[in-house]
This record gives sequence, structure tokens and C-alpha cells, in this order.
Amino acid sequence: MKYIDQGQKDTRSGFGDGMTELGRTNPKVVALCADLIGSLKLETFIEEHPERFFQVGIAEANMIGIAAGLTIGGKIPFTTTFANFSTGRVYDQIRQSVAYSGKNVKICASHAGITLGEDGATHQILEDIGLMKMLPGMTVINPCDYNQTKAATLAIAEHDGPVYLRFGRPKVANFTPVDQTFTIGKALHLLEGTDVTIAATGHLVWEALIAAEALKEKGIYAEVINIHTIKPLDVEAILRSVEKTGCLVSAEEHNYLGGLGESIARTLTMHKPTPQEFIATKDTFGESGTPDQLMEKYQLNAPAIVEAAQKVIKRKA
Amino acid sequence: MNLTYLNDLTVQVRRDILRMVHRVNSGHPGGSLGCTEFMVALYQELMEYSTDFTMDGHNEDLFFLSNGHISPVLYSILARSGYFDVAELATFRKINSRLQGHPTTHEHLPGVRIASGSLGQGLSVAIGAALSKKLNNDSKIVYSLHGDGEMQEGQNWEAIMYAGSKKVDNLIATVDLNGQQIDGSTANVMDLGDLGQKFEAFGWDVFHIKEGNKLEAIVEGMKQAKAKTGRQKPIAVILHTVMGNGVDFMMHTHAWHGKAPNDHQLATALAQNPETLGDY
Repeated sequence: MKYIDQGQKDTRSGFGDGMTELGRTNPKVVALCADLIGSLKLETFIEEHPERFFQVGIAEANMIGIAAGLTIGGKIPFTTTFANFSTGRVYDQIRQSVAYSGKNVKICASHAGITLGEDGATHQILEDIGLMKMLPGMTVINPCDYNQTKAATLAIAEHDGPVYLRFGRPKVANFTPVDQTFTIGKALHLLEGTDVTIAATGHLVWEALIAAEALKEKGIYAEVINIHTIKPLDVEAILRSVEKTGCLVSAEEHNYLGGLGESIARTLTMHKPTPQEFIATKDTFGESGTPDQLMEKYQLNAPAIVEAAQKVIKRKA
Repeated sequence: MNLTYLNDLTVQVRRDILRMVHRVNSGHPGGSLGCTEFMVALYQELMEYSTDFTMDGHNEDLFFLSNGHISPVLYSILARSGYFDVAELATFRKINSRLQGHPTTHEHLPGVRIASGSLGQGLSVAIGAALSKKLNNDSKIVYSLHGDGEMQEGQNWEAIMYAGSKKVDNLIATVDLNGQQIDGSTANVMDLGDLGQKFEAFGWDVFHIKEGNKLEAIVEGMKQAKAKTGRQKPIAVILHTVMGNGVDFMMHTHAWHGKAPNDHQLATALAQNPETLGDY
């Protein structure tokens, strides 16, 4: 199967358009923002439902607490800001007032990872997946393109419990189906292959598909899995795939400590020890640059995946 | 108002607090005792609620305890107001209990709607619940209680700014002004200045209850505060209390913030508060 880029779009616009739809279809959904309405693409939601939008100013801790309180009375609050300010800045508020309290809050984070670009490391969080997946009861989702982000936004409103939804700023390939159904925790097999499994999340899924094409030229058949839900992880999909391929490359725009790769490694260690290579940042902060420059410098692109795939294949017993 | 009953209940709640913390040799009696009259007044005279507990609490007044370490007084008043059997107070801080060291929804204890313990988070939650009531056209009130030392947490000031700016006027936040915290007096540790003036500067209506350990004064003051709800301003009540109130050797000191009495001290404290409505 061949995946076609339907036109470059930012995943945050998928979120914004998902919110617009939720505004019209689910009266329980409310939105909060900490002074980043434009960045989170919330204009239409706010215009259509001003009474269901809460501007909290630059005060993220308060935003998380207010969201927790709004659930009491039956609202479904979506908090919105950059990923760094959605997680690290407010970890204890999320831990106590949302996760431990079991509140139905959707923490929606744009500008995740290194592709935020020129703003540099203060804004490029590469630790957020780890922070969020460690919280008991937290669902962690990192969709790959505009269409999938929109579908995920709609799906999390139907899920009862706290969710971390991570998406990004740059315009990237939009290649998954329009109006797809998003099933939380259910990985998607994008390509069938026999030689190596590439398990990718977020922006790295498209890179994995490009890598698979390049590998095919070399006579290597890669299986590509889109792990949009990092927690709960689709263990069965991963095990079924490595049963066939015998090795795996994980790929994510995140630190290799605490990310998707680590969750997969734990899964493989427990059920079926398998050689694995990690496409991820290697315990480092980011820096200023264009998204493409950064993805290349930090080895988060298709050529890096190709190299990792060839390396891991050689490690098969 | 049945003052005899309320006084009896106050003494019984004090006994509960003392016996609970003594039994597990841990917990926070000082602040609990200082807020006992307030909690009795709140749950017996002021709030309209159903002990048929639902998390959403539609069409009832809600209460949020932000300074979760005074869980003994919360658990006692919840039990004695009918949320759960008073016998369960004996499980406080024990393994497999719903009465965790700090309150939580995690074990589904009726009457608790948020976890608290890590300080400074309760006001934001109370504001959210108040906003939810407005969206639901629910005219009931949200009450919250905060320690004075807790006001050193920055999140409170984000929340105070929000509620003033956005006119959250179905909220009454009470600060227990006992002037003590773990490391000493609030004046020495981190002087709070004039809290009332600070709230006013952020656009709140402020009431002082000078006799914060006197039931009649609390009921009167809180009724005045409630009469001011719905007028475009959030309401703060500065409740002047004495930490450890009702047990002479625990009063006017920070020493009993987080320390349980020994057997002898318990006997002395209980003798000052003879059994009224029956121990658990």
C-alpha cells in the first residue's frame, strides 16, 4: 500500500478543527487556554461558544486546577497550551488534582518536541511523554498527522478519564484517511513487512513510511506500525509484528529515556526479548533551528531510521 | 440554631481528632482543632447538601478542603453529618482505609471531591466547580478552606487573580488565619502581610471573622458573607483562629501542627473535652 500526502498541514490544526466539531456536537466539552489561543487554533470554538471557553492568562497551574473543578458538575474540560507548559510546569497539579483525583480532564499540548524549532530548548519539551505515562490512570496519545489528530481529539471526549494529547507546530504530511475512526490503545499497521518492525509515533510515522520505501530499494521489507497511543500500549500488535520480523526500531520525537521506545523495550523484555534500536533524542536538550535542520541534527528522520533498521537487522541472532 | 447541640458536636469532633491521631501516632491535630468550630458551623448551619453523595453535586453547596493535612476534622464532621459510619474513623491512616492521611477521591470516600495535601491547589479547583455551577444554572455556593501558611504557594495568587478578574461570585473562600506553620509563626517563616487587603486588591469582597473559634460568630459572619454572593465579586473570609483550640497545651504554638499526643497527653486533652455524643 502506498500512502499519499494529501497536503501539508499542522497537527495542531487537526486539534483546533476537532474542537470546533466537539463544540457543535458535545455541549459538555469546555476549553481552557493560557494565553495561546492562536497557537492552539481555538478561534472558531471560542467564537461559536464563548460561554464554554475560559481564558486563564499565563497561569497554567491555575488552569489545571480549574479544569479539575469543572469536571465536578459534568463538564469535559480540554486544557490547552504548549507541551512544556502543559506537563513539566504543572506536574504536581496534574498529579494530585487530575490523575490521583481521577478527573476527566483532557490535557492538550501543542508545540511538542524539537520541531517547535526556532524558539529553542526552553520550549522544546522532549520529556513530556515520560512524565505523563508515569502517572497512574493517564492515557497518552501522540497522533501522526492532521487527520489523525482531529480524530483523536473527538475520541478522547468519549473516553472517561484523564488524557494527555500531544501534537505539534510544523506543517507535515497529512496521509491518514479523512474522518477515520480513532480507537484509543489500538495501534495501526500501515505496512506489512517481514524483515524489521518500525514502531513510530507522532511526526516520525511519516518518516518511517519514507524509510520503508528506501529500505525496499535495498531489498529490506519493513513493517510499519503507527503507535498513536503510547499508554495503554498495544502490546499485542507489537508482539505479533516482532514474532514475524525478529527486530524492531522505535521512532519518536522525544528523549529515549521515558518515551515510546522504552515502553516497547519493557514489553519486549517481558514477553519476547528482541533486538531494538531507538530513534529518539539521546538524553539531551534541543536548540534553535528549523524543524528539518533539527530533525536531521538529532537523527529523527527517515535516513536515521534506515540506518537503525539495517543495524538492528544485523543484530538478529 | 441549636447551640447546645452544636457545642456538644464541637467537643465530640475534638475528641475524634485527638483519638484518631493518637491511635496511629501521626496526623495533624493543631490545624484540625483550630478549624473544628468552622467545620461544625459549615456542615450543620450553613451548607445545603445531600449525604446521598454524588461527585457532581448538582443543586447542592460544595466544600473543598485545600489544606488537606487537617483531614481529621474533615473526616469527623463528614461522618458525624451522615456521609459514612463514625466507626470508620478508627481506620484513619491505616492500611486499606478510605481515610487516607490526606483526603482523596481515590478510595471513594463519600463527601470528598478532590485530593488535597500538596498545598495551594484547592482554590483553583473550587473556582472550576463554581464555574461548572454557573454553566449548569445551579445557584448553589462553593465553599473552600485554606491554611494561612498555604497562601505562600504561588498557585493561590493565580487563582485569586482569576476569580477577581472573572467575577466568580458564587464562591466563598475561607482562610484559616492561625498565624502558625510547621517551622514557626507565619510572621517569621514568610510574613503574609495583610491577607484581607491582598484579596481586596485582587477584586474580592473580604469578611473578617475575628472570633473564629466561636460558633455564633462564625455562623453570623458566614451568613453575612453568603448574603454578598452573586454580586460580581468572589468572597474571602479571613477566619481568625487559634491553632489547637480546645486543648490548653496545644494552643498558641506551632508545636502540634503535625504531632500526635502520647497516652498521657491524650488523657489530659480528652479530660478537657468530655464525651458528649458518643465516641466512635
